Amino acid sequence: MATTTARPAALDSQREAQKAKLTVDDRRALLRYMLMMRGAEERAITLYRQVKVPGSFYDGRGQEAVSVGSAFALAPRDRCCVLHRDLGAHFVRGLRVGQYLCNYMGRTGSPTGGKDGNMHFGDPRLGCVGMVSMLPDMSLVACGLALAFQMRREPRVAMTWFGEGSTANGVWHEAMNIAGIRKLPVVFILENNQFAYSTPNEHEFAVDPVERAQGYGFSGVKVDGNDVEAVFEAAAEACERARGGGGPTLIEAVTMRMHGHGAHDDMRYVPKELLEEWAGRDPIDRYRTRLAGEGIDVGAIEREVAEEIARETEWALAQPMPEPATATEGVFATEDPDLGDGAAPWSRWAS
Amino acid sequence: MNATSEITYLQAISDGLREEMRADESVFCMGEDIGAFGGAFKVTDGFIEEFGADRVWDTPLAENAIVGTAVGAAVEGLRPVCEMQFADFIACGFDELVNVAAKLHYRQGLAVPMVVRLPSGGGFSGGPFHSQNPEAWFLQSPGLKVVAPSTAEDAKGLIASAIRDPNPVIYLEHKNLYRHVKGEVAEGRYETPLGEARLAREGSDLTVVTYGAMVHTALEATEDLEGASVEVLDLRTLQPLDTEAILRSVRKTSKVVVLYEATRSCGVGAEVASIVAEEAFEDLDGPVVRVCAPDVPIPFSPPLERAVLPQVDDVKEACRELLAY
Repeated sequence: MATTTARPAALDSQREAQKAKLTVDDRRALLRYMLMMRGAEERAITLYRQVKVPGSFYDGRGQEAVSVGSAFALAPRDRCCVLHRDLGAHFVRGLRVGQYLCNYMGRTGSPTGGKDGNMHFGDPRLGCVGMVSMLPDMSLVACGLALAFQMRREPRVAMTWFGEGSTANGVWHEAMNIAGIRKLPVVFILENNQFAYSTPNEHEFAVDPVERAQGYGFSGVKVDGNDVEAVFEAAAEACERARGGGGPTLIEAVTMRMHGHGAHDDMRYVPKELLEEWAGRDPIDRYRTRLAGEGIDVGAIEREVAEEIARETEWALAQPMPEPATATEGVFATEDPDLGDGAAPWSRWAS
Repeated sequence: MNATSEITYLQAISDGLREEMRADESVFCMGEDIGAFGGAFKVTDGFIEEFGADRVWDTPLAENAIVGTAVGAAVEGLRPVCEMQFADFIACGFDELVNVAAKLHYRQGLAVPMVVRLPSGGGFSGGPFHSQNPEAWFLQSPGLKVVAPSTAEDAKGLIASAIRDPNPVIYLEHKNLYRHVKGEVAEGRYETPLGEARLAREGSDLTVVTYGAMVHTALEATEDLEGASVEVLDLRTLQPLDTEAILRSVRKTSKVVVLYEATRSCGVGAEVASIVAEEAFEDLDGPVVRVCAPDVPIPFSPPLERAVLPQVDDVKEACRELLAY
């Protein structure tokens, strides 16, 4: 249960043999989901500027590799609690771009029907429990999903995401502690995007939070959060461990929030040089170049994604606003339906 | 009709919980010291031996973890029953309760079938952190149901219906009733429906609307009140509130005392008084009167605590004044 921030070279060849396999189609899919996240968020910010999005706007620009790479490891019956800079995970699990845009616009056709906005949603039909604003409350919910799998002896995994800012909150400790005590099949993706709103790492913690995993009795792994395959590999390994009864894993994906906390945030507190430095490590540019170098037609993928977003935007804009009478409906449940399964595009799950 | 036996309120909660766990393997308990120790009040005494440590989870001291984990387990098809060691400690798990559990169905259509058991109330020098009646906190959080049984029969029936309900249900169990109140309770599983008040005593001159431990205070105080015929309505469920039963009684008696152990302002008393004022104003023959604790923390020392919690004499006095109005 050592914290594997630096891996001994001798283990590398062994690891290479066990590495989760990605086919060419898997690689295309990884690029496609990252492009879809960026494209959808660019579309949404345009809608926000056109005053078609009430309230506020948040995105995960620069962090696409984290949610796409990690969610890509999930099997259909796995469950997840997706956070606000992790739109890619929703798309991997099968959410349509139009549903996302509708949620931002407060329209029907969205997972919440206008009851909640922006990234505060999850599609239960896709096995997702949507986030709340209080962070990292969903880390405990993910523990509860994992507890259910464990109690029923099912080889399933719960995955959740949170920023490094969340690690300062007491709920984070409670989640890590019970996950460790019960060896829950849960994978925590710690997205270190350098800032909690305007607060930089050095004001957030004295010790890199990935180092704390060891204190809770499980592995902590640090990966390049702008390398989609590195994130995927770490997540796939963590999921395997969880499925096999090996307990939780904390994966710190190091990345950078390239936009403000929200669209209202001018990021005056972020040094220009830091942004420039991270712009050179853009996860999509890097992956596009890599795949193009391997002979994959990335242009075709880009065209396909752009067309899909255009189609979905048109659909979303055609969805009506909710009826005011629905505002007082649905406070209480009258039945107890099961969560549905998510899409699992990784070729390993194809059967 | 099943056979009955006379058991305590505490035993009734325990029996109800145990029978639900026997009948449905998705029901499980979690909380601090509920396993080997059987719980601070022994509600889960013997459970770990019967159901094992997986279904009787001795959690660490972490109330947000208890509530938050229960939410996830409930969403994934289990039926967790959480125990707060004392109702007061729900404050430490409040975030997961009001921000996650309560709002999930409204926001996402997700059912959260979980119960949070809260040993509540004062009267035994528990002091400011072991005596509170926090029901009003939950009534301001749409999406939570709240029950507060006063009898052994309802304690068992309401724990069953709380467990079977697809929503988060707050189950207030008054500590003073645990061993002081006994009753004939049917063996086997049955439900006391949520949202239905119970006429604890029929009367025609005045209604005392109350719930939990105060039902017994009301019955004692009005048993012999110079021949007055006093109706005692035991609400049993605070959310959903049985508005019809309140109005029916008020229309009959025209005089209402709302008796509750919690602090005065913005609580069940205010809600009942508002409903009566809005819906039955023309039927009233006097002001709606609240008998409750003043807006202070519950003090420790016996004379101070007695001064704060509603006593039998306080109820008598309020009823006499209103009867004479």
